[in-house]
Amino acid sequence: MSVSSVATEVVDPVPGAEAPHLPHQPDLVQLLTPEGERVEHPEYSVDVSPEELRDLYRDLALVRRWDVEATALQRQGELGIWASLLGQEAAQIGAGRAMAPDDMAFPTYREHGVAWTRGVDPLHVISLFRGVDNGGWDPVATHFNLYTVVIGAQTLHATGYAMGLQRDGAESAALAFLGDGATSQGEVNEAMIWAASFSAPVVFFCQNNQYAISVPLERQSRVPLYQRAAGFGFPGVRVDGNDVLAVLAVTRAALAAAHDGQGPTFIEAFTYRMGAHTTSDDPTRYRLASELEEWKLRDPIARLKAYLSRSGIADHDFFDAVEAEADELAVRIRRGTVEMPDPPGTAMFDSVYAEQTPHLARQRAEFEAYQASFEGGVER
Amino acid sequence: MGELRQFALPDVGEGLTEGEILQWLVAVGDTVTVNQPLCEVETAKAAVELPSPWAGTVTALLYEAGTMVDVGAPIITIDTGGGSPEAAAARDGGEPAAGLIGGAAPGGRTAVLVGYGPRTTEARRRPRRAGHAPAARPEADRSPETAASPRVPLLATAPDLTTKPVRHGGLEVGRAAEAHAAAEEASAGSAAVAPGSGRPRPLAKPPVRKLARDLGVDLTTLTGSGPGGVITRADVGAAAQVAAAHGADTGGTLLRGASGAETPPGEQRIPVKGVRKLTAAAMVASAFTAPHVTEFLTVDVTRMMKLRTRLAARPEFAGVKVSPLLFVAKALLLAVGRHPMVNSSWDEAAQEIVVHGQVNLGIAAATPRGLVVPNVKDAARLSLGELAGALGELTETARAGRTTPADMSGGTITITNVGVFGVDTGTPILNPGESAILAFGAVRDMPWVHKGKVKPRQVTQLALSFDHRIIDGELGSRFLADVGALLSDPGTALAF
Repeated sequence: MSVSSVATEVVDPVPGAEAPHLPHQPDLVQLLTPEGERVEHPEYSVDVSPEELRDLYRDLALVRRWDVEATALQRQGELGIWASLLGQEAAQIGAGRAMAPDDMAFPTYREHGVAWTRGVDPLHVISLFRGVDNGGWDPVATHFNLYTVVIGAQTLHATGYAMGLQRDGAESAALAFLGDGATSQGEVNEAMIWAASFSAPVVFFCQNNQYAISVPLERQSRVPLYQRAAGFGFPGVRVDGNDVLAVLAVTRAALAAAHDGQGPTFIEAFTYRMGAHTTSDDPTRYRLASELEEWKLRDPIARLKAYLSRSGIADHDFFDAVEAEADELAVRIRRGTVEMPDPPGTAMFDSVYAEQTPHLARQRAEFEAYQASFEGGVER
Repeated sequence: MGELRQFALPDVGEGLTEGEILQWLVAVGDTVTVNQPLCEVETAKAAVELPSPWAGTVTALLYEAGTMVDVGAPIITIDTGGGSPEAAAARDGGEPAAGLIGGAAPGGRTAVLVGYGPRTTEARRRPRRAGHAPAARPEADRSPETAASPRVPLLATAPDLTTKPVRHGGLEVGRAAEAHAAAEEASAGSAAVAPGSGRPRPLAKPPVRKLARDLGVDLTTLTGSGPGGVITRADVGAAAQVAAAHGADTGGTLLRGASGAETPPGEQRIPVKGVRKLTAAAMVASAFTAPHVTEFLTVDVTRMMKLRTRLAARPEFAGVKVSPLLFVAKALLLAVGRHPMVNSSWDEAAQEIVVHGQVNLGIAAATPRGLVVPNVKDAARLSLGELAGALGELTETARAGRTTPADMSGGTITITNVGVFGVDTGTPILNPGESAILAFGAVRDMPWVHKGKVKPRQVTQLALSFDHRIIDGELGSRFLADVGALLSDPGTALAF
């Protein structure tokens, strides 16, 4: 299926709504070009030290290595499924690093990069995809909520949380992550209406990776997504999602506005999912190889590397060291995954309610007695 | 020799049971690194590369490219040299390694993450402790039934996990295990003896158990008629009716049907079994698998009826019944000769249309036991006289209830003669496995335009249902028109 043929069939010409892979995007906030050139933007700027730049590169490289390893582990039968972030590293690292410690992230199931910036152990994320728990991290301590698989539901959670912050008088904000497909969901629209009505301190961070699984964006929206924000009554901005500096700048500004009581912002991080939707998907069935090749030229890591090299902020030794660290991380992830213990059978009773009910306690006791009825004792 | 480890085909999608190895990207003797692509596999969802889980040397490729392989089956053997820590943990004898499919996982579990298909290793259920008393349950929780018969594990024996995986793996394996356990229990009996009672627990599904409890039927007194001796809903219903009849005799309980509902006066509840049950299953299967199209044609059969009178007087037809059905059958056979596609079957499993070489002509027959559809084998080769004999014999056998399964199997196309009941036509449902059925209505004297004038003529209606997966409207129409032409002017047969 050709994306452009679909576009000509179903989409009326709307200014700025042409096929998203067209190079000319006048309204795109960009601070680092795909060639690695630092450029200025009239409204957004970012002041990052050389050390911070190197750290951003390290984040991007390590998160990508984690993602590649997890994909391989799925193909080796060690994970039930994996949702790859390949190509979206800059959007996630930029957004995650823009957050203040008390800001709360409400992720989808693909925000591995944001998890990384919140200090969540990759193995805690992987345990969810291996099916041994529902996500092993503490959402309160990390300020990173558990993954939400229901499309768009987390935008309501984030808005509610933000309204709570508002009532507490807290100077922090909620960052709701969503994809382009989620903007077609009812609850996302409800969340935006509530957020606007109450000027809730929430930022809607939409990674527009161009496909809702297999459905191209043109099928879902006749206007660029960031323009929808105007309809809800708050600002919308489109940022180059493969430019970590621009994402950092735009998200920081949006969070600062939320902290200051100026209400929500919608950020459309314009990016591309280089891999499959999940490991169960075959993207070659619905998109063109030429499109992928075009996006390869806009790789988020390559452009930062080019900038760091050219400006002398990082040298060969630095890149080698990051690569070695990435390999170590991969080994740790692989080892940790295959050695991950299965939960005891009784774990299924533990998190049903905050407090155990008599009925559940009885079920648990019965289950334990049943397990104990086998020779060799309880099978964990 | 180092550590030989086998990589089993994982479920690379969600719930896949098999994959085709498109090509090998490594050969025996190659050195591979972790995550180096080993092969390309195509599943129902996607074509993907499988990366190597270990570094080592390839010692065997267990399937050739182009082979369909079950999820969980080892596909490649890699000598990991025993150098890596993982390899050191691997067991001897090429068994699946720790952490891998079928191998040991931390906590003494067996890793099964690769998919829902069966494991390649032998799974043994650990024995129960001898003399173990079932888990104590609070008194309040105890229903009359459980109080009467102590709980026993449902699966007293190991499910047969060597069953070939099928689609919907989990469900099918579960069913297989259930069937296996049921058979074991039925044959051995002792395997599922309720502790202390010394009597096997009756086999019945939970809804049937509930029904029995509701109707006050003791399952231990019944003999199951289901597969493996399982007590069915019908068994319980029948037992309840017997009990109710008995109760009524003694002026006891209300009469209740199998559904447990009170039976209003005059209402009769008939257990669905035998031919009725088979017919119901066949009709449901046919109506909901083959998309039916029905076409109708009204035909002036006056000439055919005249021919019938003339032929019946001929010595060759002495002793056989020269019925209108005979002419319809002959017309259908001649028309099949022109349109062989009508005489075909849909093979879902093979994704093929089977065009049959011979016509086994089924005749739907009403019998005291219900509808049966015996068929005349290779009917197209019979002369009209032979066909008349065959049809007579077939209907006689059916009415006498002596139709054998062989007589009923292998049909390729069917005629249903609804006209004998005095009705004009109907929309017949295909005999399962066939793609066309012709309904033949009553022959009536009707006003008909004949040679430009309204005249009394003998008229009948034909209705042809066909499987629209195989037969398009055009083919169906042409076939029906041919049958009609042969009946309205039997001389047309000379042109066929």
